[in-house]
Amino acid sequence: MSNKSSWTGRVRAATLEKFEPEDLLPEVQPAYVASWIYIFGVATLAALIMLVASGLYLTLEGPAWWHTSKVGHYVNSVHLWSVELFFVFMVVHLWGKFWMAAWRGRRLATWITGCLAFFASIITGFTGYIIQTNFDSQWIATQAKDGFNAVGIGAFFNTLNTGQAILLHVSLLPLVLGGIVIWHVILVRRKGVVPPIDEAGE
Amino acid sequence: MLRILEINLNHPAHYISFGPFSVSAGNLTIILSMCAIFILALFLPFPNHDQAEKHTSLKSEKR
Repeated sequence: MSNKSSWTGRVRAATLEKFEPEDLLPEVQPAYVASWIYIFGVATLAALIMLVASGLYLTLEGPAWWHTSKVGHYVNSVHLWSVELFFVFMVVHLWGKFWMAAWRGRRLATWITGCLAFFASIITGFTGYIIQTNFDSQWIATQAKDGFNAVGIGAFFNTLNTGQAILLHVSLLPLVLGGIVIWHVILVRRKGVVPPIDEAGE
Repeated sequence: MLRILEINLNHPAHYISFGPFSVSAGNLTIILSMCAIFILALFLPFPNHDQAEKHTSLKSEKR
């Protein structure tokens, strides 16, 4: 049925072989998933969706709006509290997965993409803090400038260059983080949710 | 009414120090909250957990 003489046919066949639709969008989950500790991955994703939505709004309106208007203050606060919850949920998710050794059962790539998402989130969060255009961001940027200079990357990543920080925060880093998160979720779906350590057969 | 919930942040942060270790009260509150959430998530019963187990065991019996 599939025409493997063309590259599109080969890619389709390889994709369907590796990513079966039943795995990507399952209807039932194992019983052990009915536990609060399994909630924090999807809670992190929900916070990320709120972050992207409020961030898009802030991007459209700009700093003069989020510093002065009531709606701007509100959307700015939604963005701030979304990132607070995003990191809280992600860290609790990380603790849960670490203590249940979530790399078991050939899930090492899932674990590593989760770690990469965590580090990409820290860098994205950091660039967000230095583009607030207030005294807090000035303080963070000047302190960080000393730090980055000390490790020799101050010229490459100049925290006092607001234009660079804005472009990193609203374009490059969300793309990188979004890509890693999608990769992570696909791997979770493909390999399945890791069972607890005391589950039979482990 | 909502004024009760307002916290005035317009002052330098309060820091708690233990020897060389120093942490702001705000950050310490968040870290302790995360620890509390983690422990609660491990021990609080999840709604319909028993039904989910029953459903899975019925499915495995069918197989």
